[in-house]
Amino acid sequence: MEHRSTAPRQKLVVLGNGMAAGRVLEELFERAPERYDVTIFGAEPRVNYDRIMLSPVLAGDKQFDDIVVHDDAWYARHNIDLRKGEPVVAIDRAARTVRTETGAIHPYDALIIATGSRPILIPVPGAELPGVVTFRDLDDVDAMLTAARKGGNAVVIGGGLLGLEAAAGLAANGMKTSVVHLMPTLMERQLDPNAAYLLQKAIEQRGIEILTGANTSAILGSDKVEAVRLDDGRTLPADLVVMAVGIRPNAILAKEAGLEVKRGLVVDDFLRTSDDNIFAVGECVEHRGQCYGLVAPLYEMARTLAATLAGEQVPGYAGSVTSTKLKVTGVDLFSAGNFAEGDENDEIVLRDPRRGVYKRIVLQDNRVIGAVLYGDTADGAWYFDLLKKNADITAMRDTLISGQAYQGGVPLDPIAAVAGLSDDVEICGCNGVCKGTITQAITAKGLTTLDELRAQTKASASCGQCTSKVEALLVATLGDKYAGGARKPMCKCVDLTHEEVRGFIVSKELKSVPAVMQELGWKTSCGCPSCRPALNYYLLCAWPGEYRDDAQSRFINERVHANIQKDGTFSVVPRMWGGLTTPNELRAIADVADRFKIPTVKVTGGQRIDLLGVRKEDLPAVWAQLNAAGLVSGQAYAKSLRTVKTCVGTDWCRFGTQDSTGLGVKLERLLCGSWTPAKVKLAVSGCPRNCAEATVKDIGIICVESGYDIHIAGAAGLHVRATDLLGHVDTEEEALEYVAATMQLYREQAGYLERVWKWVEKVGLDKVRAAIMDDHEGRRALFDRFQQSQRAVRKDPWAERAAGRELHEFMPLAELNLIMPAAAE
Amino acid sequence: MKQSNDFWFDVGPLHAIPPRGARTVKTPRREIAVFRTASDEVFALENRCPHKGGPLSDGIVHGRKVACPLHNWIINLDDGKATGADSGCARSFPVKLENGRIYLDMSVAAAP
Ligand SMILES: Cc1cc2nc3c(=O)[nH]c(=O)nc-3n(C[C@H](O)[C@H](O)[C@H](O)COP(=O)(O)OP(=O)(O)OC[C@H]3O[C@@H](n4cnc5c(N)ncnc54)[C@H](O)[C@@H]3O)c2cc1C
Ligand code: SF4
Ligand code: FES
Repeated sequence: MEHRSTAPRQKLVVLGNGMAAGRVLEELFERAPERYDVTIFGAEPRVNYDRIMLSPVLAGDKQFDDIVVHDDAWYARHNIDLRKGEPVVAIDRAARTVRTETGAIHPYDALIIATGSRPILIPVPGAELPGVVTFRDLDDVDAMLTAARKGGNAVVIGGGLLGLEAAAGLAANGMKTSVVHLMPTLMERQLDPNAAYLLQKAIEQRGIEILTGANTSAILGSDKVEAVRLDDGRTLPADLVVMAVGIRPNAILAKEAGLEVKRGLVVDDFLRTSDDNIFAVGECVEHRGQCYGLVAPLYEMARTLAATLAGEQVPGYAGSVTSTKLKVTGVDLFSAGNFAEGDENDEIVLRDPRRGVYKRIVLQDNRVIGAVLYGDTADGAWYFDLLKKNADITAMRDTLISGQAYQGGVPLDPIAAVAGLSDDVEICGCNGVCKGTITQAITAKGLTTLDELRAQTKASASCGQCTSKVEALLVATLGDKYAGGARKPMCKCVDLTHEEVRGFIVSKELKSVPAVMQELGWKTSCGCPSCRPALNYYLLCAWPGEYRDDAQSRFINERVHANIQKDGTFSVVPRMWGGLTTPNELRAIADVADRFKIPTVKVTGGQRIDLLGVRKEDLPAVWAQLNAAGLVSGQAYAKSLRTVKTCVGTDWCRFGTQDSTGLGVKLERLLCGSWTPAKVKLAVSGCPRNCAEATVKDIGIICVESGYDIHIAGAAGLHVRATDLLGHVDTEEEALEYVAATMQLYREQAGYLERVWKWVEKVGLDKVRAAIMDDHEGRRALFDRFQQSQRAVRKDPWAERAAGRELHEFMPLAELNLIMPAAAE
Repeated sequence: MKQSNDFWFDVGPLHAIPPRGARTVKTPRREIAVFRTASDEVFALENRCPHKGGPLSDGIVHGRKVACPLHNWIINLDDGKATGADSGCARSFPVKLENGRIYLDMSVAAAP
């Protein structure tokens, strides 16, 4: 041996025989094979194995022997004293010894702590029951496999990397498996909601049930687990419960020995702890404030530590950027770096709904800072490399998303690019329509619009993602004759129009924002202020009771149920049904105005009272006091029914033909609270003198001797327009049903922010009339759907907020009242 | 004036702000809007739109931008600059996230 050192060998002791320890020793023996006498204490009764391969072992894809890293012969060859199954219980830094469970005392010159981490156990009742396991070592895998042999139900708590791998493994072993995840989306730390949506679909396809937003409140059972109870009261039967909610650095021994421990055992860039003779490596450490839970960083640490121990001068370890891959067979998923969300200047998104592919590259100053790939991860390593190298990608920005194989192409203008394709190139993947078929249909059948082309060829009729290409073909083929110029995409995030998006939401049963964005090929990761509120509305309307409203996709008025005013204060309008009020209500309003020093009290154009200038933080208290007097929100801030204006009708007026006030009250009670594309105002007049000005409302009713004339499509705002007569009905019941059915038709057909009159102009009065006045079954179905959605939404938002819901909207996060040194000077 | 960077104040946990949302922090000198993006980044801007003073904390957060609730100017969260054709800037403040808690640098936030 040329490098044989003359110095006596030093005693190196290693605590923990896991992946980090194994890697340090491998690197160390390469550099300085003769320098140390090594003793390893491992709590596990076995040699070092590849822990990340436990998932394939659980799934049955591998055996333990396949995943051993160092077998007994390796330890013998390196003259290592391996103490399997002999955990260390104390470190005596003064004496430089460790004591093991058997009482043996062992001296060291240098000590490496590589004790990994411990799974976190959530402290719910029943967590100690037999049948509750974690997922950390081979014993856990054996316990799961034994349980799986008996079949039955498994519940995995935690929808992160480990939990999903455990669930997939258990399902592969024939257990009926559910995953309970606290957050709204799976793997939320590594994935954005879009990728998580695809992942959830793929996992569910394996028959695994996913419950997100679900909090475990107890594990039930007398002498073994029987069920898991969630805090919403649901119980899930369970013969096995796997807790995979996270890990915590295992630094207890180090702490007891007086080493500096924060979240993990603190080390410097050379993996040295606060004691010069003690090093630490792997998951148990905290380096520059960072703890890691993956192997790549510990390999980097191991290299530095081995070099340090070998006496080499090396640059220190500077921390790691990590990437994640999910090891569930058939699911391709990659995530790395920072996938800061949704800025169209800083990210490139590719969605291919048909192949189930989602790719998102996040850029900052033309450098890759993050990547999420789902469905096609072939380029993961390449993006990760660009990220780590901090490479400038300006030159390949246009083709970056296509991956490494596509670099060097020249970008074309989109119409020329499509025109240049050969006839047999597939344009519409969903329906397998080639370019030739499309251009031929255009010329042979004289098609001039996208709709006609869709009807004839099915091109772009499924997910719509190829719409821009299909349109480009229309332009290229027809030139100026293309009539589709007026087609307006919903916003710059997507090529589809409002109507198309709505249609797809229903026909493809898309029930969440990420589902819509993925399946319809959104070009941004989280939309913009114009498409998000629209999507939120469309989903709410299509799936009442099922879709969960997204407050963050609503304008502030609807988020806090009051109108924002020019100075940032709010105004509040209580409902006065049909314009009626009482002395008590008026007194309550006066009291509120006094108590909260509300500067302006005004009667609105819709016969309601507006309290203007309320401070945001006062809103919950204002509502609580108004609620106490029986007043509820007038929804004067909402895209919803605002008011039903009335005249006095037969009750008082000498001309009145019907009880117009009474009908107004009934209409308001029937319609209020339903979300609509834009604000909706109604009026009922007791005779054609029309004192309630019903002919400039979205829907107006003029009472006549023989019954009720229903008018529609008036406006008295930016545009002034008199209503058209929709039809005549004889009874009050009919009037209510017909109007509610009209509302529902409007809710289902109009684009977001489209007022009733615009919608009627768009679809044509005749069509609306036919649907409401002539198609009796259709009208009744509309009425039923309206009532069904009302059941889901009709509650007073003020009462909910006053009771504390979404309190965060109204209170500052913090109030800092400090005397700063500068101020004290 | 002395410039010190050591006045990080804990203003609360990240989870107290909804993803794609904002909350305010009141200080003697001004109100600060603290934003949380969908990917859990935090930003702090003075809670006044450069256009006509709209409360930015009430806007719709998308990506690293916020749309002012009054007239829909779109403001960049990282530097407070108005985007597009609009020009103007909301003052931005140093903010950081550590172990799930949000810290504001009060030496800057309290300076005029
Ligand atoms: C199921 C599973 C799947 C994973 N998949 C991936 C993946 O796909 N990609 C990835 O990068 N990472 C993955 N990981 C994480 C990876 O395994 C860890 O990052 C890595 O094992 C950490 O290495 P370590 O040496 O720090 O800790 P460990 O490998 O956990 O080793 C620590 C060892 O110390 C022993 N020990 C603890 N206390 C004492 C004591 N007092 N005395 C003696 N011995 C003690 C423990 O018994 C253990 O054997 C996975 C982990 C698990 C559990
Ligand atoms: S609309 Fe007719 S019924 Fe009503 S108040 Fe006027 S005149 Fe009287
Ligand atoms: S005040 Fe912000 S856009 Fe006008």
